[in-house]
Amino acid sequence: MSTSRVIDGVNVQTHYRDVEHQLSAAKQGIWLFMVTEILMFGGLFVGYALYHMRYPEMFAEGARFLDWRLGFINTLVLIFSSFTVVVGIYYCQANQMKKAAAALGVTILCGVIFMVIKYFEYTHKFHMGIYPGNMLDLAKLNHHLAEAGEPLIKSTNLGLYFGFYYCMSGLHGIHVILGMSLLGWCMFRALRGDFNANYYTAVDGVGIFWHIVDLVWIFLFPLLYLVG
Amino acid sequence: MGHSAHGDNYITAEKGLMSWFTTLDHKRIGILYFVSVMSFFLIGGIAALLLRAELFSYNAAPNVGEIFKNGDVYNQVLTYHGAIMVFMVIIPGIPAILGNFFLPLQIGAKDVAFPKLNLLSWYCLMAGAALAVTTMFTTRIDTGWTFYTPYSIRTQTAVSMMVVAAFIMGMSSILTGLNFIVTVHKLRAPGMTMHRMPLFVWALYSTAIIQVLATPVLAITLLLLAAERTFGVGIFDPKLGGDPVLFQHFFWFYSHPAVYIMILPAMGIVSELISTFSRKVIFGYTAIAYSSLGIAAVSFFVWGHHMYVSGQSELAGTVFSFLTMLVGVPTAIKMFNWIATMYKGSIQFASPMLYAMGFIFLFAIGGVTGIILATLALDVHFHDTYFVVAHFHYVMVGGTLMAIMGGFYYWFPKMFGKMYNEFAAQLSFVFIFIGFNVTFFPQFILGSMGMPRRYFDYIPAYQPLNRISTVGSWLIAIGFLIALYTIIDGLINGKKAPNNPWGAKTLEWQTTSPPPVLNFDHEPVVTAGPYEYK
Amino acid sequence: MLLWIIKNQLFKVLVGQAEAQSFMPAQGSEIAKSVDSLYSFLLIVSLIACVIVIGGMIFFAIKYKRKSDNDKTAYISHDTRLEILWSVIPLVIFLFVFAWGWVIYHEMRTMPKDALEIQVMGQQWNWTAEYKNGVKSGEIVIPVNRDVKLILSSSDVIHSLYIPTFRIKQDAVPGRYTALSLKAEGTGEFHIFCTEFCGTSHSGMMTKLRVLSQADFDKWLAEEGDSASLPLAERGKKLFNIKCTACHYANEDKPKIGPSLQHLFGQENHPVESGVIKVVDENYIRESILYPQAQIAKGYGPRSAMTAFQGQLSEKEVTSLIEFIKTLK
Repeated sequence: MSTSRVIDGVNVQTHYRDVEHQLSAAKQGIWLFMVTEILMFGGLFVGYALYHMRYPEMFAEGARFLDWRLGFINTLVLIFSSFTVVVGIYYCQANQMKKAAAALGVTILCGVIFMVIKYFEYTHKFHMGIYPGNMLDLAKLNHHLAEAGEPLIKSTNLGLYFGFYYCMSGLHGIHVILGMSLLGWCMFRALRGDFNANYYTAVDGVGIFWHIVDLVWIFLFPLLYLVG
Repeated sequence: MGHSAHGDNYITAEKGLMSWFTTLDHKRIGILYFVSVMSFFLIGGIAALLLRAELFSYNAAPNVGEIFKNGDVYNQVLTYHGAIMVFMVIIPGIPAILGNFFLPLQIGAKDVAFPKLNLLSWYCLMAGAALAVTTMFTTRIDTGWTFYTPYSIRTQTAVSMMVVAAFIMGMSSILTGLNFIVTVHKLRAPGMTMHRMPLFVWALYSTAIIQVLATPVLAITLLLLAAERTFGVGIFDPKLGGDPVLFQHFFWFYSHPAVYIMILPAMGIVSELISTFSRKVIFGYTAIAYSSLGIAAVSFFVWGHHMYVSGQSELAGTVFSFLTMLVGVPTAIKMFNWIATMYKGSIQFASPMLYAMGFIFLFAIGGVTGIILATLALDVHFHDTYFVVAHFHYVMVGGTLMAIMGGFYYWFPKMFGKMYNEFAAQLSFVFIFIGFNVTFFPQFILGSMGMPRRYFDYIPAYQPLNRISTVGSWLIAIGFLIALYTIIDGLINGKKAPNNPWGAKTLEWQTTSPPPVLNFDHEPVVTAGPYEYK
Repeated sequence: MLLWIIKNQLFKVLVGQAEAQSFMPAQGSEIAKSVDSLYSFLLIVSLIACVIVIGGMIFFAIKYKRKSDNDKTAYISHDTRLEILWSVIPLVIFLFVFAWGWVIYHEMRTMPKDALEIQVMGQQWNWTAEYKNGVKSGEIVIPVNRDVKLILSSSDVIHSLYIPTFRIKQDAVPGRYTALSLKAEGTGEFHIFCTEFCGTSHSGMMTKLRVLSQADFDKWLAEEGDSASLPLAERGKKLFNIKCTACHYANEDKPKIGPSLQHLFGQENHPVESGVIKVVDENYIRESILYPQAQIAKGYGPRSAMTAFQGQLSEKEVTSLIEFIKTLK
């Protein structure tokens, strides 16, 4: 039963002894949830590794179409956003909620930049006829390549690579959007005055989530853009 | 939430239907699960009866009139039976109903760690279930509960929708598991060390670890299947060089540990029951507790025993067979420990104890046939025959369902503060136990003879045993109807239950029946283990 | 020594008993016999284990039945020696069984050299065996006492070829080859089932394994090879038996998965799902074979369960099928 009482300016639910007790439980819960996130992406990484071993040439041909510079910019953007989220938590601890909200706002902005770059990457590929799996239009792609005077594609199953590309970056993209919404919610609550130096669990939790999303990207970037 | 008057219990503390749908009380959420899982069980059970009715005779001429015009409808009913029973009944069954209700009580906590998450988890199950039931009114689904590719990619039925439903129900399972782990770590009463926790809690804890670690892999597998159907991403599609067998690896990486999500909590309940009704300390507490963890750990490395004939390499098959044999050992240890607990006890034949003994009886058969199936050369013959069907029903129904029933009768007085009709409860056991053996033992023989599973029709030689099996299914149905009667009758006419009708030692019996909103009037302080009958 | 002999004899008698009671199908090969011995051994061990566990439970339950509410019970929390004993004994048995199973499995999976190779293709819902000389057959026909290797694949979904008499089974997976080896000890006809769920007529996907003497087999193979000289309708009949019998009756006027084809040709008021009345002529049958979704016989819609045979049959094969269907009066 979730009745609660206020200790040190924090709502502590009845089944917890004190602020510290409640916070440690929340953190453990969040970390466990992060474990499930990592395992979920883990399935995709295993699949990627298996097929990469089976079709190394095809994966190399696929990676040609990913611009590592865009990927690199996105990596920098996300690493920077991990920093700003930490800044946000720092200001929460210091009880400066306006600054905390601003830091979270910058983090969301980084997410937006990331997604916009992703949008341009995706639409460019669609334009070339690069869709996932069976929908990949090899004739159209080769036509584009011939016009540009680049070598044509030899692998007939190139769609498989892009099946992975879209699944992995797509699922990650969904997580970025989720993270941005959660950050927005934290920002709103910070401005409303829900948090104080003793209580900012939500920011802490969303921060951990955002770090994990970044971490997944740090693995995705070399696998998709560089290893090919 | 509202302040309750002193002396109110969790049922009477708040009134009205909405107070149930918005409740954050783990006991009330347990009751919500109880009602919904019972309804799902009813649907899955009717599907089972229909299947058995169809198999009463050979020949494609339909036995159940227009319902089974051809194999398609049979395949759909078969899929719903499997999917509902696995994802909506047995997986949430013990942890979400009895676990929710009794885990906090048994460790002396006021609630689970995250009450809101707990309620959300129930809503996830309901949303997934609603979606799953909706598919029944669309093109339905006919892949079997295993969703094997490439059939699940090619079939015209509502696979994507069902897969999303299973994904959402998986979320529910993850959230429950996560909640339980944190609860066990953080909310034990003073003096309740890990080694003083009741074995049911240990079992739930091990189960929760599997729920948290394995379910995400199912989630990604199902998402990929949905993506495969929607965008044709090609990962499981041989046309693009994808590998349909990879799906099986992913699927069983979750679904084999899931078997232990289903059975470990059942073993936990049986440990409680055997100790209480023998009025004796459990034999080998440490061995039982750690064998749960051991099973949980090894369960992640045995998935390939579902795939001996799938085309995986001989080496892989050999390794998986070896590891599977290792899982057999902790299971055997538990069986021996329970029997040893009964030695020099004072055994009371109350209905929960009958169900516990029924569990040991049926699980022994399920266990030894499990070893037969783990043996490489034998599984080649038995794989995907009725032998397998019989085996996993002995484990899942003979095991888990027996334990649910036993646990339910055991804790009924605590949950509702009333006693049920003991004679009717014992009668339900007699029908379910005998009916179960009549239904499923012949299926071992059918499997030896070579009858494949998921068959709508079969050769004449298999008919006599199929008939016996079908008759058995009616006995089981009668048994569960009697059980339903005991619940309704107990709720309406039941005598008031004392706080500790069985003389048990675990914490939940120290509080009133039914418990107050915050579980205990005074926070309990624990000074001894859970089964100190001295 | 005497004790050893008695034990050994007892063991043999028990195994023999168990084999008689194990309800396994007839033994078609050496492998089947070794599988059955292992199974019999396990049945006995299982029986003993069940007697110990279940018998022990019932014995204790009766012996220590509660006499009064004040019963005193013993306080026995554990016994390390006993616990080690009942962990190690099962472990040893399990590992022994594992090793035994592995040995037989290895034998099953070792493909013989110089075997007669037969390509077996699974398709919803029939099996097609193809021989080196191009003969195709819906039944798998093999010579006795000779190593045979079945090379399996599938053209659509996963199927599994299961021959209970030989205790062998292997999935047929689209996009790759898998194999089974067998050596029949006697002639006869044996069931073949599909054991991987494959849709509507999964349970109809059965055929026969026919084991012939070497001479009969050679004769059969030669005759089948000559089928080019057969009349068109006869060739159609052979093809029908491979491709169509899982779902259609030819000589009985009742539905299976699909409608019966008896009395079909020449019907003038043939009801179809779209309601149009058609005359059943060559073109209608041709369309129904190649594009089953185009016109669906009344009562079998809204989608036909039938495989589209476009691209899978040659012109000549379609013609022969039509000629055969014409004969079904």
